[in-house]
Amino acid sequence: MPLPLDLQILNALAALLLLLSFAMLSQRRIVTLVNLLAFQGALLCAATLLLAWRTGENHLYLSALLTLTLKVVFLPWLLHRLIRRLGVYWDTEPVLNIPGTMLIALLIVVFSFGLAQPISELASTATRNAIGIAVAVILLAFLTMITRRKAMSQVVGFLSMENGLFFGAMSATYGMPMIVELGVALDVLVAMLVLGVFFFQIREQFDSLDLHHLESLKEEE
Amino acid sequence: MNALDWVTQLMEVVAALAAAPLLVGWVNCCRAWLQNRTAPSVLLPYRGIRKLFHKDAVIAEGASPLFRIAPYIVFGAMVTAAMVIPSMGTRLPFTTAADAIALVGLFATARVFLSLAAMDVGTAFGSLGARREMMVGFLAEPALLIVIFVASLISSTTSLPAIAEALATRTLGVYPSLAFTAVAFMMVLLAENARIPVDNPATHLELTMIHEAMLLEYSARHLALMEWAAALKLFNYTCIGFALFIPWGTSTGDAPLALVAAIPVLGLKLLVAGAVLAVVETVSAKLRVFRAPEFLATAFMLAMLGLLVHVLLGA
Amino acid sequence: MTTGLSSPLAICLALLAAWGVVGLAGMLRPASLRFAGRTLFPLGALCGAALAVVAGLNIAAPPEQIVLLIGLPDLPLHMRLDALSSVFLVLLGATSTGISIFSAGYFRRGQGTLPGLLCLEYHLFLASMGFVLLADDAYGFMLAWETMALSSYFLVTTQHRIPEIRSAGFLYLLIAHVGAISILLAFGVLQGGTWHFTFDSMRTAEMKPAWATAAFLLALFGFGAKAGLVPLHVWLPEAHPAAPSPVSALMSGVMLKTAVYGMLRVTFDLIGTPAWWWGLILLMVGLLTALYGVVYAAAQTDMKRLLAYSSIENIGILFTGMGLAVVYFGVGMPVPGTVALVAVLYHALNHAFMKSLLFLGTGAVLHATGERNLGRLGGLIHRMPWTAWLTLVGALAIAGLPPLNGFVSEWLLLQSFLLAHEVPKPFVNMLLPLGAAVLVLAAALAGYVMVKFFGVIFLGQPREARLKDAHDAGRTERIGLIWLAAGCVLLGLLPTRVLPTLSLVPEQLGLSVGTMATSSWWRLVPLPDRGASYSPMIFLLAVAAVIAITVLAVHYFYHQRIRRSAPWDCGFVRLDARMQDTAEGFGQPIRHIFQPFFTLERELPTPFDAAPRYRVTIGDPLWRALYLPLGRVVQRGADSLAWLQQGRIASYLLYSFVTLLTLLALML
Repeated sequence: MPLPLDLQILNALAALLLLLSFAMLSQRRIVTLVNLLAFQGALLCAATLLLAWRTGENHLYLSALLTLTLKVVFLPWLLHRLIRRLGVYWDTEPVLNIPGTMLIALLIVVFSFGLAQPISELASTATRNAIGIAVAVILLAFLTMITRRKAMSQVVGFLSMENGLFFGAMSATYGMPMIVELGVALDVLVAMLVLGVFFFQIREQFDSLDLHHLESLKEEE
Repeated sequence: MNALDWVTQLMEVVAALAAAPLLVGWVNCCRAWLQNRTAPSVLLPYRGIRKLFHKDAVIAEGASPLFRIAPYIVFGAMVTAAMVIPSMGTRLPFTTAADAIALVGLFATARVFLSLAAMDVGTAFGSLGARREMMVGFLAEPALLIVIFVASLISSTTSLPAIAEALATRTLGVYPSLAFTAVAFMMVLLAENARIPVDNPATHLELTMIHEAMLLEYSARHLALMEWAAALKLFNYTCIGFALFIPWGTSTGDAPLALVAAIPVLGLKLLVAGAVLAVVETVSAKLRVFRAPEFLATAFMLAMLGLLVHVLLGA
Repeated sequence: MTTGLSSPLAICLALLAAWGVVGLAGMLRPASLRFAGRTLFPLGALCGAALAVVAGLNIAAPPEQIVLLIGLPDLPLHMRLDALSSVFLVLLGATSTGISIFSAGYFRRGQGTLPGLLCLEYHLFLASMGFVLLADDAYGFMLAWETMALSSYFLVTTQHRIPEIRSAGFLYLLIAHVGAISILLAFGVLQGGTWHFTFDSMRTAEMKPAWATAAFLLALFGFGAKAGLVPLHVWLPEAHPAAPSPVSALMSGVMLKTAVYGMLRVTFDLIGTPAWWWGLILLMVGLLTALYGVVYAAAQTDMKRLLAYSSIENIGILFTGMGLAVVYFGVGMPVPGTVALVAVLYHALNHAFMKSLLFLGTGAVLHATGERNLGRLGGLIHRMPWTAWLTLVGALAIAGLPPLNGFVSEWLLLQSFLLAHEVPKPFVNMLLPLGAAVLVLAAALAGYVMVKFFGVIFLGQPREARLKDAHDAGRTERIGLIWLAAGCVLLGLLPTRVLPTLSLVPEQLGLSVGTMATSSWWRLVPLPDRGASYSPMIFLLAVAAVIAITVLAVHYFYHQRIRRSAPWDCGFVRLDARMQDTAEGFGQPIRHIFQPFFTLERELPTPFDAAPRYRVTIGDPLWRALYLPLGRVVQRGADSLAWLQQGRIASYLLYSFVTLLTLLALML
């Protein structure tokens, strides 16, 4: 039973989102990582616009605008600036090797899809099948944060997690209430500014942004 | 099974045999144009094969009968594979005997015999090539099987013509699972047919060879058969890609006119596919040998993702 | 339920007894090799063939039972012949025929065991395996199981003067007995409160789900120890190479299948209605075992260890199929469940033939060259053509190439995986396709392993000078190899005959209704509404026709001149046999890709060594992580109990006194 065209496109966008999460897991260049994040934001914006057009809910248009300015334009610009000033371009040593990470990622995807199936039954939106993808994106972003060494990649993982959350909210309940969304966006913005300052401090202390240097801060008995 | 089906079957085999070297020639032409060189004639592979048949076969002193038998077996496997793939029509009598999994088995047979023949002579290059070919093969074969799995989940059968028919008659739409598996299939095609980025088909540096290393000792009619078989393999893989992802235009066995119309459609598809292959080859750089497993693991992962997305989204 | 003398069950029992008699006859003239080789082993082969025929004709018949009056009072031996037993008896009989014929020409003097004694142990092993398949109560089963373990232990340590072989035998016996204890406990749970240990009462006993699960897990542990599931597999790579090749063939081909039989019997017959989630456990254990086995096989340098690890892989595949069947039957999808179960039975049959053929081939190589190490073999196809070509059939079959038999069972298993997404449980319908992907990966790696095996041993140039004196297999050995190779080919070309017979097993067990539809004698259609079909005979005809036409065309149109010359050496004139790929080299990509599976110890040469050496030792991480600590714990426990052995007579008398007092107190 074929779905209408806009739902098919939404499904395709969801699948692309998942693919991007996988690509971010295996990416070694930090510049490309940020670009992938920007692309993810663009996909989210497109999905929100499509959903707004389909359901006619006006606050989704505002949501899309917010996503566009914040996640596609401002935050990637900020991150690029940070990368240039800090001079970190490569994150070549993940904690686990790439095939192993991919395998765990695949298992996580299976887990999320399985988890989401009963939830999808309860939801009433047209995009409820994509809830599993949203959960998978969140968990994969978490995995990205775990398996990376450089602080910059971890921040990208954190932002990707927020993308996944946003997508999940969209597919389950047609978006969060505007207040919640504005609050989350503000939180993310403030977090980014604080982290930016933090990075400079870390680099001053340790001369590198490799996070395993932070382990030396624990007390020795 | 009426006479039209048998005619379709025969035509497919003849077309495969005749058109495979042409496809290789066309790809080489496109590559030359993209690299700003003067292209050789499109018919050059035919001339090469014909020239090889006339030569004396020079066989290494330590070679066993397996070495001389292997080219025939590899060639036979590729021609039999051409009989299973619906390049022009979907009513093929032979496919009741062999389905898509048997097709993968045929490719595996060819690969195994090629590797054994390479190890037969006992030089360093042959066994190195055999080892690398089996390494590429053992990762590419599961990816190919998962791609076929996804297609058979969508169409509830493993018979390749039935899959093609089911996919051709589906309503047009965006199917993300097929998109993922298409990318995975493209990567498997590049790996199995010894194309850049996995292997350079035009190299003459033995230490960088994968497929060519196994042909190093062959000459004359054996080499001609092997080259033809390699061209057939590319043709077969391209036609499998068409059957899975661009299945329109094949005849469904009810009208002879549809069969005649299928020939130019196939020609057009091959033209475009050859050009796309040439573009991909020109744009990519050859990977280090030990990046090849990562490349194929990515293909495997994409195919698995396609499977999972299909189960979740039903698309 | 006839117990007449001409009933098939009675004939089978008589044939098993005949094996015992043949074995005992070996002790009449223990030192005579000619007597054992010319007379006794062929007689044993004949008994095996007869057993296969009788059991094969009987698969469709209803089950029949006999109560033998041997055994303890109040515990007579119950025997039963039903479809499941008949299938495995066919496996036992047919495979052992080929192996016995081979052994008739194989065993040589001076190995540390007298030929007559060897004959006794061998035939006792065969007879005990037959009794395991026919046993219908726990006591008889355990009796036969223990006899099987003991006789195979003695067979493994045939060359007991070599210390490594003795320690391999010890490890084997240890794990076999740990498994046997677990099986005994499983039977103890299965009796379900009735305290009757016949299988009939176990079939009808009502068990709470928790107890049923306990019995299942105990049986899995016990039969898994015998079958070689990870992590209980450590004895397999030691024992199979240590044994003489026909014994390795018997152990790999037949003995491991008795463990599979035991698991099938307990899960589908004695417990009756398996819970679906047990299937997931079986699947995971099976897939892990399959991948583990094949990855290790790719890294081996000893030809028999390679084959042992390949056996581990195939056992993993068998348990994967079993798990799939349990899942399907548990969620109420009997059609794909039947296909999966039949695929398991078919694969067991196939593997028996394929692996025995390969082990016997290595036996011939060992005799001819005295070498087991792959680094000292090579180029044997010229000196041993019969062995080489027949082993090639076995290697291609295990690699799963059509139209041989390995492909058929793999195809059936994949067909049943195709319906996995319809399973109505949320995670399972996605985990099962993932399982299919792992299975396919293991199968592809099996092809890699077989190319390595055959290529390094038989192809290329000889790596040692004295390989030029290798002689081919003798006449009886050739007959044995031909028998097994013919079995592989026939099982591959005639699945339409085998499949309906095998599908009687799930029908008799009450799991499915109706035999699997096959549309005609030349075409195999396991799932009729799916449009998937396979016809090996037409396939073979087509490929053969194409090859024949090509050969004829080339001969007709072009000349056939050949010149011989030296191989391409890229300008380096002193290319010698040592520059071919070694076994380590061939396995290096797998070692590199699957690094977490191994513990590698490398010894690398430096530029300053006078005699540079490169050594790689591959260790099993499970051995270090699981068995060594366990061994230390057991040692410590034993040491702490050692104080009981005081050495003084007064203490021992005290122990007897205390025991007597306790017993008197309990009785009152």
